[in-house]
Amino acid sequence: MAPPIQRHKVRDIEARMMRAGSGAPLLFLHSAGGFPVWTPFFDKLAAQYEVIIPEHPGFGDTAGPAWIRNIGDMAMYYLDFLDTLGVGKVHLVGHSLGGWTAAEVAIRNCGHLKDLTLIAPAGLRVKGVPSGDNFIWSAEESVRNMFHNQKIADAILAMPQSEEDMDRALANRFMAARMGWEPRWHDPALARWLHRVSVPTQIIWGANDKLFPSVYSEPWKQGIPGARVEIIPECGHAVTADKGDACAATILSFLAGR
Amino acid sequence: MQFTCFTLMPYRPLDMEARHKERSAWVVLPNRLYDPVKGADEYESYINQLAYAEELGFDNIGVNEHHQTAYGMMPAPNLIASALIQRTKRVKIAVLGRALPLSNNPLFIAEEFAMLDNMSRGRLIAGFVRGIGTEYHATGVNPVFSHERFHEAHDLIVQAWTKPGPFEFEGDHYNFKYVNCWPRPYQQPRPQIWVPSQGSSETVKWAADPSRKYQFLVTFSSAELVTRYLNAYRTQAREFGYEPSGDQMGWAVPVYVADTDERAKAEAGRAIESLFGDYLPNPWEMLLPPGYTSMSSMKTTMKLRSSLGKVRPTADQLIDSGTALIGSPATVRRKISEMVDRTGVNSLVTMLQFGVLPDDLTKRNMEMFASEVMPHFRK
Repeated sequence: MAPPIQRHKVRDIEARMMRAGSGAPLLFLHSAGGFPVWTPFFDKLAAQYEVIIPEHPGFGDTAGPAWIRNIGDMAMYYLDFLDTLGVGKVHLVGHSLGGWTAAEVAIRNCGHLKDLTLIAPAGLRVKGVPSGDNFIWSAEESVRNMFHNQKIADAILAMPQSEEDMDRALANRFMAARMGWEPRWHDPALARWLHRVSVPTQIIWGANDKLFPSVYSEPWKQGIPGARVEIIPECGHAVTADKGDACAATILSFLAGR
Repeated sequence: MQFTCFTLMPYRPLDMEARHKERSAWVVLPNRLYDPVKGADEYESYINQLAYAEELGFDNIGVNEHHQTAYGMMPAPNLIASALIQRTKRVKIAVLGRALPLSNNPLFIAEEFAMLDNMSRGRLIAGFVRGIGTEYHATGVNPVFSHERFHEAHDLIVQAWTKPGPFEFEGDHYNFKYVNCWPRPYQQPRPQIWVPSQGSSETVKWAADPSRKYQFLVTFSSAELVTRYLNAYRTQAREFGYEPSGDQMGWAVPVYVADTDERAKAEAGRAIESLFGDYLPNPWEMLLPPGYTSMSSMKTTMKLRSSLGKVRPTADQLIDSGTALIGSPATVRRKISEMVDRTGVNSLVTMLQFGVLPDDLTKRNMEMFASEVMPHFRK
């Protein structure tokens, strides 16, 4: 069940936030698709950890200040966020844009982190292997290209959208472009600093990712000392929904093994 | 009323069946569909048409900038403007316009425009635009910063023309230790500036500002929207405390004139339908990339133009809505007069070639417009 919505304030940003479960804190940073729907994937994590999911500034219902102009600003904001959260060290998990943000946090300062889990993160590119263009895809393509299991896509496409849903989706799209339009979904500097990630790191990727092909996991593995990579078969970019059980199991096994 | 003969230079030999296998005639349209031999003929035809407009008595001739598209063959409009300077003596040459945010060095735009103004001895009209949404897909420039870059590039260019150089320019997107425009513009203090627009409220306010008073040129809209946008400009100017002149308001519209309404429609129907059904349509993801307009503006545009690209408009619909002026001289004169009465517009930018309209019909259309319509508004 979805936990009630809270707010966490950092400077002039009051981020929407879900918080559920008990145990060591696990901070989940969402994708460019926006504040996630609470799914069984999160229940599985919350059974063992205190799961904290903030909404990124500028997304959905969380107003974004003009001073967050790029991914570096977003990372610095999350360092402030971690400073003020008051839960000690967290297991940091990020998906796609959230994975990129988590990595940008980690290269700056791992002081608040126990470990790092990056699920199909944006942030690096592989020359010669173009990413999908989710800014040119139609609404239907954007949903279909996220999933290997097209039945999930069918179900999402069949759901009615309220005016508020559309406003949130538009806000998500604006902020996503701010972060990832150019250079497209990567930060050329990030690759130069991955050696600074000093906590245990797991990279999870869907084998059938149409946005960032799974070969994008290679520079992450090469760049982060000791990083392990798990490729989930028959799985698209929306790993936590397309293969929620497998993704949760992969995360929990990594965290338990530490 | 001042008249501009304007062309987009569409690539007419386009394989329409192949085009409709793609989501757009922009950005993703494979360039194997461009035949350079046919393309060279197209450039020659269009340059001849624009040069001929001077003989026919037009005040201005106009070109513009679009990228990676069969819709218009002028990614570098200044090259065409430069050719036209050599072919003409009297007309002003309007570049409508350069897409400022797409450039990483707007100083080049200031320099090139200044060159054209000198080479033509003061016949340049400088148009400033942001480019349409697809252009942000074509260039990679982040649409989120489109407005910021437009305003900053504009300030830089106008300062480069009017402020003694060298000086330093300190911006967020553009920074120059030395701004020192050689040559300076021929027209002092600077060439006229026109702002072609599809009517966003941000642009209305900016163009009407008393420090600018730029000609606000409404493009590709129904008569109802043209009326609304031009009157919004007038209202805005009044809120700023002045009455705008008719020359501050422009209307860009496809026009076709023949002996009778029926003949005009028969000759131009397919061409106008190709402009709006083959060349122009874009899915909204391409037309309105995130941040290209404000969120509220984007929602309004999506509602007002919800059918854009989805339904192929018929010639009758385009004529009935006043999006295109197609008819006998009397019909076209009446529709222009009505718009003048409703808005006070005094600058008409006519597209006398559009879509697949061939050279022979274009030439006759230009001649007929110049002899049967233009004189009526010269009194």
